[in-house]
Amino acid sequence: MPRNFFTLMRSSAPAATDVPAATRSGHGTPPPNWTAEAATGVHLDASLEAVRHEITEEVDTALQLRDVSAFYGDFQAIDRMSMPIPRNRVTALIGPSGCGKSTLLRCCNRMNDLIPGARMDGEIEFEGRNLLDPNIDAVEVRRRIGMVFQKPNPFPKSIYENVAFGARINGYSGDMDRLVEDALRRAALWDEVRDELDKSGLALSGGQQQRLCIARAIAVQPEIILMDEPASALDPVATLKIEDLMRELAEEYTIVVVTHNMQQAGRVSDYTAFLLAGEERVGRLVEFGPTQDIFTNPLDQRTEDYITGRYG
Amino acid sequence: MAAQAPHGPQQDTVRSLLAELWRERLQPSRPGSGRETPVGRLIHGALFLTATLSAFVTIGIVLVLIFETVEFFREVPLLDFFGSTSWSALFAEKQFGVWALVWGTGMIALIGLAVAIPLGLMAAIFLSEYSPPRLRAIVKPILEILAGVPTVVFGYFALVSVSPVIRDIFGEDVGIYNALSAGIVVGLMIVPIIASLSEDAMRAVPRSLREGAYALGSTRMEVSLRVVLPAAFSGVVASIILAASRAVGETMAVTIAGGGNPQFGVNPLEAVQTMTAMIVQLSLGDTPTTSIEFKVLFAVAMTLFVLTLGMNIVAQWVSRRFREEYE
Repeated sequence: MPRNFFTLMRSSAPAATDVPAATRSGHGTPPPNWTAEAATGVHLDASLEAVRHEITEEVDTALQLRDVSAFYGDFQAIDRMSMPIPRNRVTALIGPSGCGKSTLLRCCNRMNDLIPGARMDGEIEFEGRNLLDPNIDAVEVRRRIGMVFQKPNPFPKSIYENVAFGARINGYSGDMDRLVEDALRRAALWDEVRDELDKSGLALSGGQQQRLCIARAIAVQPEIILMDEPASALDPVATLKIEDLMRELAEEYTIVVVTHNMQQAGRVSDYTAFLLAGEERVGRLVEFGPTQDIFTNPLDQRTEDYITGRYG
Repeated sequence: MAAQAPHGPQQDTVRSLLAELWRERLQPSRPGSGRETPVGRLIHGALFLTATLSAFVTIGIVLVLIFETVEFFREVPLLDFFGSTSWSALFAEKQFGVWALVWGTGMIALIGLAVAIPLGLMAAIFLSEYSPPRLRAIVKPILEILAGVPTVVFGYFALVSVSPVIRDIFGEDVGIYNALSAGIVVGLMIVPIIASLSEDAMRAVPRSLREGAYALGSTRMEVSLRVVLPAAFSGVVASIILAASRAVGETMAVTIAGGGNPQFGVNPLEAVQTMTAMIVQLSLGDTPTTSIEFKVLFAVAMTLFVLTLGMNIVAQWVSRRFREEYE
C-alpha cells in the first residue's frame, strides 16, 4: 500500500466503496478482527450516521472502540464512537476544534481518569480486555499505550534520565545505556545528542524536545503510541522530521495521531477518522476509512466540506 | 507705559495665571517632572518617608550592632569569643566561648528540621498531589494559622506535653528542660513554612510534566516523588532554608523549654542554651549598660544576625540558581 497520500491522489482512482450494507448480515458474530469487519463495507449507523469505508488490506485490530462516550461532569464531549484502530498503521483523527479528537485519544490510555469529573462509557477492546473497565489498572494501560503531547514536555532532567525514566519506574533491570541509545536512535535523535546525554532535556530545541518525548515513550516499549497534535508547536522542518518518524515507527507500533492539519493527515496516515461536533457541541464520528478513500472519495458531505477546507 | 500696550497689566497677569493652570491640567505632575502642587509634594514626601523608614530602621539596628560589637571586642579578644566552647558570662570567672551558644542553637535547629522536613514535605505532597481541591481549601489556611500561634504557647506546650512524653520514654533522669523537647516544638512551629512554601513550589510545576509522567505508566507516588518534587527542588530547598533560619532565630519557646545551660554536649536530653535564650537572659537581668555582660549581648546578636542573614541569602541564591524555567 503506498505510503504517500499525494502520490495516491495522482495515481489511484477512487476506491470502490459502495458495497451494499446488506452484506453485513452474512456475519453472525461481531468480528474481533478487522479483515472480517471489512466485509461489512459501508454501512450507515441509523442513530449516529457514521460512514465506514471498506478496508481492502489484511490487517489486525490493535484497539476496537465500541460506543465510546466521554463526559466531563454534565457535559458530554463525545458520543458513542465505534471504530477499529488497525495494528502497525497510522490512524489520524481529524476534525475541527472541539470535536472530541483529543478526548477520544485520551480515552484510549485512560488519561481522562486524571481529570476530576471525567467519565467514560462504552468499550475499548485491547487484547481481549476492555480498557475502560474500572477494574483494569490505568497505570498498566498507560505503560502499554504511550502518549506524546501537543507541547513537548521533557522532564527537567538530563536527556539520558528523560529516556530512562519510564524504564526505571517500571523496574527495567536490563542494560539501561543500550535501552536509552536504542530509544534515541529510533526517535532519530541519537546522532544529535549522543555526546551530550547529560545535558538537560529542556536545553534542546522544540523539535528535538518532541523527539526526546517520543524516545521517552518508546523506551517503555509500548504497543500503541498516541500522539496529540505532536507537531503543532513546531516549525515546518521539525514537523517534517516528526512526520517521517511517525512513518518509521508504524513499522513496529500502532500509532494514533490527532491533527488539525489536513495535509499532515494525508501525508502520514493510513486510516482516517473524521469527527464533528454538532450544535450541542457533542463530538461524533462521521466517517472512518483508509486515508485515500476519505480524502479522494468522502461519502459524507460534511467530510468533503471539511477536507476541501470549507470549514474548520 | 502700560497704556501703550494693547492689553493692561492685570489682563496679562490673568492670562499667565490661566496659562499656568492649563499647563498643570494638561501635564499632571509626576515626581521628578519638576512641577508639583504643595499637597502633591507633601504626599510625595510622606510616601517616601514611609517607604524608607523600615530601611532606615534596619540600617540603624545594624549600625548599633556593629558599634557595640566593636566595643565588646576592645575588651575581650576575638579568640576568647570564637576560640572557646565554654560560656559563663554571669559568673565571676567570665568566659565568652560563643560556640556553646551556637551549638545549642544548632542542635535545636537540627532537631527541629528533623521533625519539620518530613512532616512539612509530606504535608506539601499531600496538599499538592493527593488532596481534593475542597479539602486543600480547608487544610491549607489552617496550616498557615499554625504559623501564627504565639511562640510562648509552643514553649508551654513543650513543657506540659512534650517533655513528659520524653521522660516516659527515656526515664525520670531526663530533665523537664531539654534540647529534644524544645527542638520538637520548634520543628512543629516551622512545619507550616516548609509545607506552605513547598506546596506553592510543587503546584507551580506545570501540569504537562505530570501528564508526561502519568503517560509513561507512573503511579501518583512516582509522579510526586520523581517528577514534581525534583522539578520543585529550588522552591523546596529555599523553604527548608527559610524554616531553618526561623528555627535559629526562634526565641520564646527555646527560652522556656530549652533550659538555661550553655554547654557543648551532644546529648539532646540535656538542657542547652541558644543564642536567643542567652540574649533574653542577659536582657532581663539588672545588667548595667556599661558592663561587659551588656556588651556581649550585641556580639551574640551580631553572630545570630550574620547567621540568619547568610541563610536567607543562600535560600535566595538556591531558589534563583536552581529554578527551572518553563514556558
